[in-house]
Amino acid sequence: MNSVKEILTGPIVKDNPIALQILGICSALAVTSSLQVTLVMCVALTAVTAFSSFLISSIRNHIPGSIRIIVQMVIIASLVIVVDQFLKAYAYAISKQLSVFVGLIITNCIVMGRAEAFAMKNPPIPSFLDGVGNGLGYSVVLIAVAIVRELFGSGKLLGIEILPLVTEGGWYNPNGLLLLPPSAFFLIGLLIWGLRSVRKEQVEEPDFRLAKHTVAREGV
Amino acid sequence: MSSNDSKAKTLIVAFSLSIVCAIFVSTAAVVLKPVQEVNKSLDRKRSILAAAGMLEEGKSVDEQFAQVSTRVVDLRTGKFTDDIDAQKYDQRKAAKDPSESEKLSAEQDVAKISRRENYSLVYVVEGPAGQLEKIILPIHGYGLWSTLYGYIALESDGNTVAGLGFSEHGETPGLGGEVDNPRWKAHWPGKQVYRDGDVALGLIKGSVDSSSANAPWQVDGLAGATLTSRGVTNLLHFWLGENGFEPFLNNLNAGEA
Repeated sequence: MNSVKEILTGPIVKDNPIALQILGICSALAVTSSLQVTLVMCVALTAVTAFSSFLISSIRNHIPGSIRIIVQMVIIASLVIVVDQFLKAYAYAISKQLSVFVGLIITNCIVMGRAEAFAMKNPPIPSFLDGVGNGLGYSVVLIAVAIVRELFGSGKLLGIEILPLVTEGGWYNPNGLLLLPPSAFFLIGLLIWGLRSVRKEQVEEPDFRLAKHTVAREGV
Repeated sequence: MSSNDSKAKTLIVAFSLSIVCAIFVSTAAVVLKPVQEVNKSLDRKRSILAAAGMLEEGKSVDEQFAQVSTRVVDLRTGKFTDDIDAQKYDQRKAAKDPSESEKLSAEQDVAKISRRENYSLVYVVEGPAGQLEKIILPIHGYGLWSTLYGYIALESDGNTVAGLGFSEHGETPGLGGEVDNPRWKAHWPGKQVYRDGDVALGLIKGSVDSSSANAPWQVDGLAGATLTSRGVTNLLHFWLGENGFEPFLNNLNAGEA
């Protein structure tokens, strides 16, 4: 069995769910335009991944193979609804901004992926840690993207002005593209490129290679 | 493992899991409901106060809202009505319900909202002697991507703007989303709504020339957000026009509301 430290920290750089497995991209695009919202989303996703892995793992020996995915979904969905209710009760302003994306944690591939790949085969405590680790891996990427987007898109971090905007009498002309979802694609793309240049083992083998060009010879 | 896949076991697991999860979810929903309701109403009160420029940070929202009374207006007659309980009335729902709203013709529907509710809540601020100080009207209409919901506050003459604010919208951040910018909202107080009986208030392209004769009816457009700006103008024209609050405001001025 893997050591606790490896389960917990492995998914942050070595086996990052977003950068290596390319899972959970959609929420990474949607909620990263402000850092505060991102932080709440990260906490929510980490909590859901950890507890769903724990619960699924603790009943893994009783889950019939034929309805395995549905059982996982029911547990994940219940947890997400509860998290959503909590946010609405205790962090109303942020839950308004996150709106539908909390609910969409249900369909976040990371949660489901960890349940299927790890929790179904491992005891509850390691599964819980694996969930936390993957949540952290997701959080690291999201926070990095959110810092770039909020800082250069609106000149602020956590709503505190860092770069004074031209429209408010400062010198910084914000990059509007960074506030739109596609910018997160570019940022995550650059991040993956950077990560894979440093850690060559993460580069995937191409599925197929193009055949070499042939030169047409005359009169064959 | 084969016993796990038997029909009986599958059914038992499916049923018990559903029951456990259902209890878990409904408990959370029921227990947290009162807190959520409080949040929702605080949020609404805060938006209303902010639109009227009456929100003071650091003071309890409920305390500040005590000077505002919520009334219901029948938009068809333009008069206050007591037929409906203001505390329980759900205006968003009514706007979609055919029995509580009217279909708008394409010509009437400048704000692109397709139906207009028969009754609307209005928020009245009265001075110490009971005289009308401000009136806050809920407004909504379509911008570029989303329906903008907000409030416009008018002074007691029913013509001078006291403030405007949107509590909910999904416009592009940094462009149309600038409707939330306090600097832009600061342009509104003091503007006039009606000129010769028609709604003249609206956003223009670029900045308002303060020396122009039209300046009291014009507000700076949002840079890079022509469609959102147009949407805001349209929804003001609708809600302050004859299918919106104009009859009510006229009645109010004549002391007949």
